This record gives sequence, structure tokens and C-alpha cells, in this order.
Amino acid sequence: MAGFSDAPRTVPRKSWTFDDSTLSEIRRAAATGIYDIRGGGSKRRLPHFDDLVLLGASMSRYPLEGYREKCGTDIILGDRFASKPLRLKIPITIAGMSFGSLSAQAKEALGRGASAMGTSTTTGDGGMTQEERGHSQTLIYQYLPSRYGMNPDDLRKADAIEIVVGQGAKPGGGGMLLGQKITERVAGMRTLPVGIDQRSACRHPDWTGPDDLEIKIQELREITGWEKPIYVKVGAARPYYDTTLSVKAGADVVVVDGMQGGTAATQDVFIEHVGIPTLAAVREAVRALKDLDMHRKVQLIVSGGIRSGADVAKALAMGADAVAIGTAALVALGDNDPALEAEYQALGTTAGAYDDWHEGRDPAGITTQDPELSKRLDPVKAGHRLANYLAVMTLELQTLARANGKSHVRNLEPEDLAALTVEAAAMAGVPLAGTSWVPGRGGY
Amino acid sequence: MTTTLANSELDVVALDRRAVNRTLQQAERGDFTVINPCGTHALACGLMNPIGVTIKGHTGYYCAGMNQRATITIEGNAGTGVAENMMSGTVRVTGDASQSAGATGHGGLLVIEGNTSARCGISMKGIDIVVGGNIGHMSAFMAQAGRLVVLGDAGDDLGDSIYEARLYVRGKVASLGADCIEKEMRDEHRAELADLLERARMDASPDQFRRYGSARQLYHFHIDNIGAY
Repeated sequence: MAGFSDAPRTVPRKSWTFDDSTLSEIRRAAATGIYDIRGGGSKRRLPHFDDLVLLGASMSRYPLEGYREKCGTDIILGDRFASKPLRLKIPITIAGMSFGSLSAQAKEALGRGASAMGTSTTTGDGGMTQEERGHSQTLIYQYLPSRYGMNPDDLRKADAIEIVVGQGAKPGGGGMLLGQKITERVAGMRTLPVGIDQRSACRHPDWTGPDDLEIKIQELREITGWEKPIYVKVGAARPYYDTTLSVKAGADVVVVDGMQGGTAATQDVFIEHVGIPTLAAVREAVRALKDLDMHRKVQLIVSGGIRSGADVAKALAMGADAVAIGTAALVALGDNDPALEAEYQALGTTAGAYDDWHEGRDPAGITTQDPELSKRLDPVKAGHRLANYLAVMTLELQTLARANGKSHVRNLEPEDLAALTVEAAAMAGVPLAGTSWVPGRGGY
Repeated sequence: MTTTLANSELDVVALDRRAVNRTLQQAERGDFTVINPCGTHALACGLMNPIGVTIKGHTGYYCAGMNQRATITIEGNAGTGVAENMMSGTVRVTGDASQSAGATGHGGLLVIEGNTSARCGISMKGIDIVVGGNIGHMSAFMAQAGRLVVLGDAGDDLGDSIYEARLYVRGKVASLGADCIEKEMRDEHRAELADLLERARMDASPDQFRRYGSARQLYHFHIDNIGAY
């Protein structure tokens, strides 16, 4: 009987379920016995703002001239109870990132870039540094479960206070900063021994639930003379209820952070499997505000995967008042730059994929406390790059708003949007393109 | 604004909280008596100067929160988070205190003459706390620095995930939390305890106490410690 040695063979096929990344993680876990920790946000494909389009002008909408007619971008945040609300020139803010996870140079650059564009930047889990305050025209002071570096003097120096209940990368999880980054200065600010693997608490130490939060907000207002806007930041978990409860607790501003939002360090399983996409969170948060008749009275800031003026325009059209950027701002500073490819290769990764921010070996000098690496980042030049990037995002946002006939970006509305996928239509609550069908609402 | 008042009486019911707090926050020196606190929350919080404040009655949440330099006495019971995040000064509660007393405090002295509930000294960062009675469960959770002295008993999981705070307990400890162990009581510990007891005006001998602190076994992630996480 003839053999089958000459018979055609199927091409070797790798499993979709057990793809290369999954296989490598199984091998890594088997070798080390501990879960994978990394920085950044969710890396998997998720329904996002790319799945929406703006419709532009037509017979029923008159566009504005791109270079002739004004399109406003200014925004007031926190005028519900605070006597000194924030007045920003653009609705794009810099999200909270800690000194400790980031170098002092990176924090300074964020402040410089944001200030140049008339917007705010935000402290993080680790307190306020002088560099950051000095270079940030408008600085939001995060009030976190760990309360590292928390003191009333810095509280009074801040322009607004952001009570962090959770973040999109890890709703329900606390912060993490491994020993490589706990230098003497970082340890001193956090009252911790140098070099330990630091875990931040996931719950606030002195309040539990929205009723307590209401009292906590009163205390912070009493300490700061009812001047400063109080934000409440939640990870996108149950955004309808979290937004509702934040408003009832007395927030001036609600920040909703989707699962694409980054973190300095946490378990990969947490980043990829807890929380919901930003797109889905915006619609629910806006619905909560409208149900309470508080839309535009309590401002909504959305974060998690915002990359361009198009993302901003779509978020605003869905009902957000402003956005916050974190990962994109770090990229603007110089994170994951292909010019550093050789050094990323030496770390076992590649430009664009580097996410071992917790190890403190960032060749770009951003997510590190190593003095030699940190020195590589020129805060003036990096701040200029961030300002440029914010300027481009703003121009893009204005371009899209004018194309939809808006004289101010806040006038963008859901009627300016259509969805390219059924999933995005369902999540965003806008019609599938070419139809009048919104899943769950009927029509077609 | 400079306000110098002596033995001023502030009525919370007549003035409202904001007016009382504003007066106390702006005062640079003097002694004040606050009447009719009626369980008001966030009373006498954010004080910045070395004034004396006596509150005649029970207070709500966060009384004396973030205190700096003031000496505050609550003649009654205190609600959740009394003297939370205190930086300096002295806060004394003549009655009992609710949960999270002295939470995240960076400095100063908090004295509770009665008992206090769960999470006393949670995430403390340098504050000294002296409790005349018992403390509840999960006290000194993630306590980073400072001293906690308990003349009575301690509830379950004392000092769970503790860092460098030092705990002294005269009575029984229901159980110790992760990475918290009993430690040797040396002369320097007896000396600092004697000083704390004297400052708190507590009549007890340091020889009656046991010391607890961090075993420092969970300071770095290690697979062998997985059962502790």
C-alpha cells in the first residue's frame, strides 16, 4: 500500500483560544508561580470611539467655516457648590498619575504642558510635589484610600480635590508600587520603608458607602472653606449607580474612567477582566445625570483610551463635559518611542508594547525613579511636546464640531453620532449607521 | 485674618457649623468653648493654630479632622474618624469614639479615655494614639508609623499588614493580623511608653504592656507568602 508521505498536509494551525500570548503567559506563570503585573490599561480589542462616526453637516445642519468662525472650547468645572470653580481653556485635562510611579521630571512636564494649554493636571497616589505644584497652573489634588502624603496644607494649595473611589484599570483594586521605585524621596513622602513592595489600600480608611462619602465631602469643604470643586472619580463598573450616588453625595464633578484607562501597576488579570469599556460607561453616566436633572450642572469627565480630538468630540457628543488623558499624555512626553527600540529590546520588549512600568527601568525616563534614567527626560521639551499634542487634539475637536455646525464644542450632541457596529450602537445608545435602529429601543 | 479671642463661647445651633469652623480656623490663639455640638459632623476640623477648643457634648464624624497644632477636648463621645489625618496638636475624647479614630494621622496625640471601635489607627502615619479602654477589630491595619497604646483589650486582627508602627496593649489581644507579631519589650520601649502614658494622663505602668509590630515578612511579594495575601 502506498504511503501518504506525498499527500498534501494542512498548514500548522495555532489555536485562537490558546494563542501565542496566552501560551507565553501560561509558561511564565508555571515558571514563577505569581501573577503578571504590568502598567497601562486594557490591551484587547474593545468597542471604542472608533466604532462611532460624527455625521457632519448636511441639509439639516449648517457647518461653520473652519478658519473664520469661532468654535469655543472653554469649560467651567465644579460650579455646583464650590465658590471657585475651575475655568479651563480646553475640555481636555491630564489624569491623576503619581510621583513615584512617574519621575519628578515627568510630573513637571505634565504640569508644563497642561499649563501652556490652559488646562489642569492631577496629582496621584503619593502626594503633591513642589515641582508639580510649581509648574501646574491648575492642579487637582487626589484624595486616595492610602492618603500617602495627605496634608491640609497641600489640600489648601490645590485648585480642586478629586476623591478617588476607583479607577478604570482596576475598579475595586488598590494601588501598587514595587520596591524598585520606592526610593528615599518616594518612601519619605509615603511614610514607608525604602525599597518595599508597597500596596495601597483599596478602600478609604474612614468612610464606607455614599452616606459616609457625603459627610467626608462636607469635611473637605469645611477644611478648604467651600472654595474648591470636589470631584469623585470612579472606575467604570456600574456607572449609572456610581454616578447617581456620587451626585447624591455632593460631588461637583464626576470622573468616570473606563477599562482602557491606565495604571502604574496592577495584575494583568485585573486590567483585562474587571470593569467595562469607556464607551459603555459614558452613556450610563450621562443617563444617570439626566435622570437626576443634573446633566451639565454636575460636570462629567470621561477617561480611558482617549487619543485624539475625534475621541474627545465623540465623548462630548455623548454628553461628557470634558475628558482626561493619561497614557496618551505619557506617549506625548516620549513613552514607548521607537527611537529607544534597542533599549526596549534589551528589556525583552519592543517600542509600543513596553508596559513593565512597575520595574522602574523605563529608558524614556518617565515611569522610573532611577536618577540616571529620569535625567533623560527634559521636562521643558517634554512639556512642549505635550502642549503641542493638546493643541492638535483641540484643533481636531474644533474641526469636527464646526463640521457639525457647532459654535462651541459643548454643543455637540448624540444626534451628531452614528455607530458602525451593533455593539457600539447598543453601548453608546446611538443609531447604527444608515438606520434609525438603536438596539434595545427598536426602530430600523 | 487675625482673630484673638479668649474664652469665647460658640454655639453650633445658633451659629451653624460653617460659622463655628470659620471662627476656629481663623483664630491664631485663644481658648474657645463650643456648645450644643449635637452630633454635628466635621466640627473643629482643619484648625491650623495653637488654640484651645473644648466641645461640650457629643460630636459626629471627623471632629478635629486634619488638626494642626490645636488642642481640642471633646467632653463626650466622638463619631467616626475623630482626628483623622491629624498632623499635630492634641485631641482628647473623654468618652468613647467610633470607628477609624485617628485614621491616617501623621502626628500629634489622640487620647480616647473610653473605648473605641473598629479600625482605630488605620493607616496611621506617625500619630500617637492612647486609648483608655478597649479597641475594636482591624485596628492599626496597614499602620505605617506612630504608636498605639491600649490600656484595655484589642479586637481581632490587630495590626494586620502593619508596617513600622509600634503597638502597646495592656489587656488581651483577640488575634493578630497578617505579619503582626509580639515583640520584645526593651528599655527604650518602656521609656517611650511611659512618656506617652504621662502625656495622655493615664495611670498605668509600662511593665503591664506587651509590644506588637511588624514581622516584615510581607514587605516583598513572594510566592511562599501567598497564604497571607
